[in-house]
Amino acid sequence: MTGIMPVMLAAAEVDHFLRPAFFYLLAAVISVPLAKRLGLGSVLGYLIAGACLGPAVLNLVGDAKNVMHFAEFGVVMMLFLVGLEVKPGVLWKLRGPIFGLGGCQVLVTGMVLALLGVWMGWPWQQSVAAGFILSMSSTAIVLQTMGEKGQMHTAGGQASFAVLLFQDLAVIPLLALLPLLAAPGAGAEVTREGFGAFPVYAQVLLRLGAVLSVVVAGRYLLRPAFRIIAHSGIRELFTASALLLVIGTALLMEAVGLSAALGTFLAGVVLAESEFRHELESNIEPFKGLLLGIFFMSVGAGIDFALIRFQPVQIVLITIGVVVVKLGVLHAIGRAFRYPRPARDLVSFYLAQVGEFAFVLLNVAEQGRILPPDKVGPLTAVTALSMALTPLVLLIHDRLAASKCNKTAEPDREADEIDEKHNPVIIAGYGRVGHIVGRLMNMQGVRCTVIDLDADQVDLFRKLGTKIFYGDASREDLLHAAGAAEAKLFVLAIDDEPKSLEIVDSVRRHYPNLHILARASGRIHAYDLLKRGVHDIWRETLDSSLEMGIAAMRRLGFPAYEARRAARVFRAHDEATVHELADLWGDEPKYIAAVRQRIEILNRAVEADRATLAMPADDAWDTESLTREARGEPA
Amino acid sequence: MVAGMTEKEPRVLVLFAHPALRKSRCNRRLLAAARGVAGVTVRDLYEEYSDFMIDVPREQELLRAHDVIVFQHPFYWYSCPAILKEWMDLVLEHGFAYGESGRALHGKHLVSAITTGGAAESYRSEGMNVFTVRQMLAPFEQTARLCGMKYLPPFLVQGTFTMKPDLLEEHAHDYSRLLVELRDEKIDADAVRGLPNLNGFQGGAGI
Repeated sequence: MTGIMPVMLAAAEVDHFLRPAFFYLLAAVISVPLAKRLGLGSVLGYLIAGACLGPAVLNLVGDAKNVMHFAEFGVVMMLFLVGLEVKPGVLWKLRGPIFGLGGCQVLVTGMVLALLGVWMGWPWQQSVAAGFILSMSSTAIVLQTMGEKGQMHTAGGQASFAVLLFQDLAVIPLLALLPLLAAPGAGAEVTREGFGAFPVYAQVLLRLGAVLSVVVAGRYLLRPAFRIIAHSGIRELFTASALLLVIGTALLMEAVGLSAALGTFLAGVVLAESEFRHELESNIEPFKGLLLGIFFMSVGAGIDFALIRFQPVQIVLITIGVVVVKLGVLHAIGRAFRYPRPARDLVSFYLAQVGEFAFVLLNVAEQGRILPPDKVGPLTAVTALSMALTPLVLLIHDRLAASKCNKTAEPDREADEIDEKHNPVIIAGYGRVGHIVGRLMNMQGVRCTVIDLDADQVDLFRKLGTKIFYGDASREDLLHAAGAAEAKLFVLAIDDEPKSLEIVDSVRRHYPNLHILARASGRIHAYDLLKRGVHDIWRETLDSSLEMGIAAMRRLGFPAYEARRAARVFRAHDEATVHELADLWGDEPKYIAAVRQRIEILNRAVEADRATLAMPADDAWDTESLTREARGEPA
Repeated sequence: MVAGMTEKEPRVLVLFAHPALRKSRCNRRLLAAARGVAGVTVRDLYEEYSDFMIDVPREQELLRAHDVIVFQHPFYWYSCPAILKEWMDLVLEHGFAYGESGRALHGKHLVSAITTGGAAESYRSEGMNVFTVRQMLAPFEQTARLCGMKYLPPFLVQGTFTMKPDLLEEHAHDYSRLLVELRDEKIDADAVRGLPNLNGFQGGAGI
């Protein structure tokens, strides 16, 4: 960095961007590990951090609303990632829960809450509007927490996901219908600008066209495009194009008045079966995590503590009432749909809070004069408070579930959804070595998740029908996406030595229980692997060299079985010396040149051979002593 | 588990051979029974030596350390599966197991525990297999004799093709009891020499 960089940043930049960014990041770095240590999950950590930054406590970040709008994009990214995990077939299977369970949840919860509003003496229009707005749950909190706890693939997790998806769908008609609830005489102006200015049929056509273009582009355009980008070999280019894809889809959807989250979800589903799925996941994941964290913090910062202090009883009572109603309604609906008890509990406890869409809808309702400001204020506080309470509600759920397990002693285990994630074997590197292992596994009906960093290789094997993903297996996020937490075996078959050791370090650090089978290119690599505690090692050329040795012996007239046994005896001896010499390796001064190292290694191996020559070789079936005894010769 | 037994060195060595154990319900059950008896060492030869590279010194050391050797296997072509024959060819070396200086196995006991698909009735002069199992085990008996070992009648589980689960349970139970009696030196080799098999035999006092 020489003189080109401005030494001083403009004061405005510091104020508008860097200072809040600094405090947000600092708060996250301090509070999230603390919350996790206390077993509260990251979401509560973010919320508390946000509350501390907010005007009520430290007042360090100014107005949180703008930040929240920006950070809401984290939700959009999260739905893209969720989409990547959901194959079209799985989505189709979920259509029942989405429209059945989800539809009932929104309708029944909305109406019960509306009745509650009428009972409290609110005009019915306001009650209905508030009821349906509060029926939304927080996709961000639920999916983030479920992901952390690994509950996405349980029956309850799938049901929760279905309901959230329906809520996302329901936002569109709700936005359209809210103006109808404007109090008569309030004179709500329905503005017709931009997209709204088109006639209805044109709007519908445009929306259909947008959805269709996402599907078609995802299917036919994006894969070749990603392939070209992957070929370029520039990492950040892939990241850039992944971000471009998500932001572009979001903009397109917003332009035609559809939910950006839904649109990117759809894009994710379309790409769920592509070879770039894991790579896309690992590229978007950090952005999503960061934005969601900031989003949660902005929710925390946005909690209007002044208002809560002003009318604490009312707000706390409404919050508890809303949470209890949402929980009860979902539990009853779950029972009606015959979900088993643990799944019902999971869905209802998870979805009991009011979600981030409520902020948007409350805003719209206030502007359209459907709800007066003196009701929007408390309802916003209720929404934020219910989100902040979610981790506590979930703690109650976990306690309940744990005590139930203890009582019945019968594990409440739910069936796992079979998915790429649950393959028992992960193969890193699908070249000369890896693909043989993979094909052998396949022949035995063992499913493998394959990762390779060579775009050509990925192309070739995809053409042959193998499920293979493009990516760098040393990255923890990619390992996670490939299901390393559930897999039993990790077959490390890449030929790049430094990369191979990097992967070993990463796997052993993050998944210490995952067993590694490693390909070693030669002795030095084998020593390095052994030093890292990997004991199942195959030197890639050893077996073919031995086969060649056997062929040489046969040519010289050795009997076939004798030659083969000789090779096997040699192999056992050689493997033993590798393990022995690995312990000595590394004592050498580091400056010994690589060539000298190799000579030294060979020298030691040959010495070990000499030592063995003194030992009897293969004396199986040797009856010499018997012959001597029969002849009466001395033994 | 008999109190005090766990302190001692194991006395019984079961050498088990079945090349496709996943397909054999009976041998799986009997193997589990053997593994459940304290003081018994069980070696699955196909599992240990899938490449037939038998570690002769190791196997000889195990033989030295045990007093009762059990060959447990299905009756393939009226004999043992290939790996056990390979084991015999290599491990029972001249100078170790037999010959002037080969006395390592002297005084030890050898028992065969065998499963046959066909029923017991087919293993007699009127049946389709003509010979009894005991008769067809002559090579094993003579091997034992040449090595100075005491050969006991076999333990037989026959008719496995059509065997009901209850009966298999009974056999498994019987097998564990036999192993316990062998371990505790409750079976007198001379007293049982003439029996066709050891099934249901209740050992008396010590040998």
